Amino acid sequence: MNTLADTWDWLTTGANWAGDGGIGQRLAEHLYLTAVCLALSCLIALPVALVLGHLGRGGALAVNISNAGRAVPTFAVLVLLLLSPVGAYGSWPTVIALVLFAVPPLLTNAYVGMRGVDRDVVRAARGMGMTGTQTLVRVELPLAMPLIVTGLRIAAVQLVATATIAALAGGGGLGRVITAGFNLASTPQVVAGAVLVAALALVVEALFEAARRLAPRRGGSAA
Amino acid sequence: MTAPPDDCLARNEWICGDYLSSRGQILTDAVLQHLRLTFLAVLIGLVLAVPLAVAARRWGWAAAPVLGLTTILYTIPSLAMFSLLLPVYGLSAALVVAGLVLYSLTLLVRNILAGLRAVPEETRQAARGMGYGPVRLLCAVELPLALPAAMAGLRIATVSAVSLVTIGAIVGHGGLGNLIYAGMNTYFKAQVLTASVLCVVIAVAADLVLLLIQRALTPWTRKGAA
Repeated sequence: MNTLADTWDWLTTGANWAGDGGIGQRLAEHLYLTAVCLALSCLIALPVALVLGHLGRGGALAVNISNAGRAVPTFAVLVLLLLSPVGAYGSWPTVIALVLFAVPPLLTNAYVGMRGVDRDVVRAARGMGMTGTQTLVRVELPLAMPLIVTGLRIAAVQLVATATIAALAGGGGLGRVITAGFNLASTPQVVAGAVLVAALALVVEALFEAARRLAPRRGGSAA
Repeated sequence: MTAPPDDCLARNEWICGDYLSSRGQILTDAVLQHLRLTFLAVLIGLVLAVPLAVAARRWGWAAAPVLGLTTILYTIPSLAMFSLLLPVYGLSAALVVAGLVLYSLTLLVRNILAGLRAVPEETRQAARGMGYGPVRLLCAVELPLALPAAMAGLRIATVSAVSLVTIGAIVGHGGLGNLIYAGMNTYFKAQVLTASVLCVVIAVAADLVLLLIQRALTPWTRKGAA
């Protein structure tokens, strides 16, 4: 196939990687954007999920609200924020839109993980004289960890994928390679950009898988 | 020279009744395109997903490759997916539909397979004992029992598809996404807000319709609960 050969040529041309707007810079922007958004989403979602899961209250509501957020297109949120006063603050619209997108899987998985902890284990911890905080940190959190990490993995992979739409609104990241290709009517460049983003998403997925296999096994099976 | 009209369009307000009345036709067209793209994508996805899930259920060796492949497809970003399919379909609506079909496959196959696997062995044996052949067993017993799980996947797939159609704006076939994209470039607030709200309304309405269909199709699930 001609397109494949052209794409390969585009990807292996050193000039496309270097310099301002090169793949190297876009890749760095993409990773930075993903990392910042993932960190912010964790800071927002995990404390809420852990506390609600620990108390066993209000979590269903939080999970339902965050699932309903799926219906809101990230692209629409991004553009709405761009046109609002927030739009004056550089990449904040992108960051907020992506954080809103990454919170639901984190929140849902962490909450479900916390609620899934065997109630007998929790009662045993109480019986041993642990305070609420100690139970949360030393018992519930470690047992809920597999599901929390699953949520983290889903959020990370989806963030890598979705960060491309920042480019539609003129932001940075690998999506720029694709949108620039569209503007130049250069199919090889568009496909090359797509391959790069897809590869990055798969690399992140593979890293999480490797981390899961290498992680020390705690008592109980990671279902 | 007449003075420029001083209405909400001229002031570029977020909420603008004049926008609705003057661009009603554009909005209707965009909504219809949005619905058509979503419906086609989910329908084709469903038609492909059922045999894949049934095959994965029937032959154990088929499960791993089917699930692995559809998961990899799901990992590919939507913008990248549309771009990857570009050489095949060109700048067309088929491109957007094909991309969305590949997305919905993951959710649908996983859920239908989970539903099929959850059918109790005793139920299958009872049906076999009543003389059901493999096809009749599948159509009359297994698939109906897998319906609740399948419908859950269908609802998520549909809602996601409604929201992903907007990205199709990059190739000019994004339904309401086209209006959002155009509104972004021209700083047209009323258009962006109206189109975004309509997207959410479509997603919620589609979810409700599917929920009602599910309740109608699976009356037995309510008997115990009610």
